[in-house]
Amino acid sequence: MRLLTHNMLSSNIKGVTNGFPLLIEVEKVVEKQVDFNEDFLRNMFPKIEWKALVEASRTMGYTELPENAESSMLDSDEFLRKFHHALIELHLEEGALVCPETGRKFPVNKGIPNMLLHEDEV
Amino acid sequence: MLSRTAQIRLVSSHPEVYDPCDDSFALVDALLADRANLLEHHPSICMEVGCGSGYVIASLALMLGKESSDCYFIATDINPHAVGVTRKTMEAHGCHADLVTTDIASGLEKRLAGLVDVMVVNPPYVPTPEYEVGQFGIASAWAGGENGRSVIDKILPVADKLLSDKGWLYLVTLTANNPSEICLQMMKKGYASRIVLQRSTDEESLHIIKLWRNLDTQLEDGILTGFFAFSHGQITCAFRGRWKQSQI
Repeated sequence: MRLLTHNMLSSNIKGVTNGFPLLIEVEKVVEKQVDFNEDFLRNMFPKIEWKALVEASRTMGYTELPENAESSMLDSDEFLRKFHHALIELHLEEGALVCPETGRKFPVNKGIPNMLLHEDEV
Repeated sequence: MLSRTAQIRLVSSHPEVYDPCDDSFALVDALLADRANLLEHHPSICMEVGCGSGYVIASLALMLGKESSDCYFIATDINPHAVGVTRKTMEAHGCHADLVTTDIASGLEKRLAGLVDVMVVNPPYVPTPEYEVGQFGIASAWAGGENGRSVIDKILPVADKLLSDKGWLYLVTLTANNPSEICLQMMKKGYASRIVLQRSTDEESLHIIKLWRNLDTQLEDGILTGFFAFSHGQITCAFRGRWKQSQI
């Protein structure tokens, strides 16, 4: 699971009002090299919750992202490379996503998060 | 020349996952027929709900060609085996989609609201007893409840929430699902629609519906214009031209 996916997920348990961002429990992180694509990053930047990405990447052991970001930073190659790495090259291969409100864990196995709920959570 | 659809020999499979069949081919053919429009559409997020074998989303990524590298692909399925198979299918074609095991788009609705430019759905549309709906495993790929509408009727409001202003939804339906009624229902929410492909197989009559937000008209006007759009392809085109102008 890339951090891009993490950035799009919220806790979906009934009654949870503040389910974003999900906390990350790391068992295994893998890095996969992906071709750099500036247009993709520019497309995605306005859709990303930056603070959640910064926190998530730190949990995964990557601390290079600046605390704050604005669109003018997309002109910096150095910034784009860091954004690229954090967003799509870092993968949570095994671990869990944890609901910030209830502590409920959503497993991530073989890089795929499982957001299926039990009957009493829907 | 590079193939514009996924190749069956590269599509992964699993005993609990629905293999590509007539309905999947019909959906991909409908997308191919609309390929020029899709390229012009420049989607930045494409999503498939109920990705099954991954044949459809892989085909969509391939037919978008170079465009696809700027685009974020995300796919969901309620069946964990299907999600795993989709990943293998995507990898075999050199494509990537983010994958989530979930019911429709549960867990994604908040953050993806209003962001999806293209959504493709081949839902479980076969009329079955209601208790068969939502079972885990391969039955989730077809069991559609009464008139085959149980899951479709859950997906439509989610699609309405997730689609961007310029978003398009391609939906596989069966005659028994009453596709014209689906279109009318969506028109009340401000959508225009068109049947982009109709195909009868030995067992079923398939309709691929394309739906998009009609920003010009609302409610009653929307129903009226939308109805004509549904009945007459040409009017739909004029209609879309107007919509495009209103975007400029």
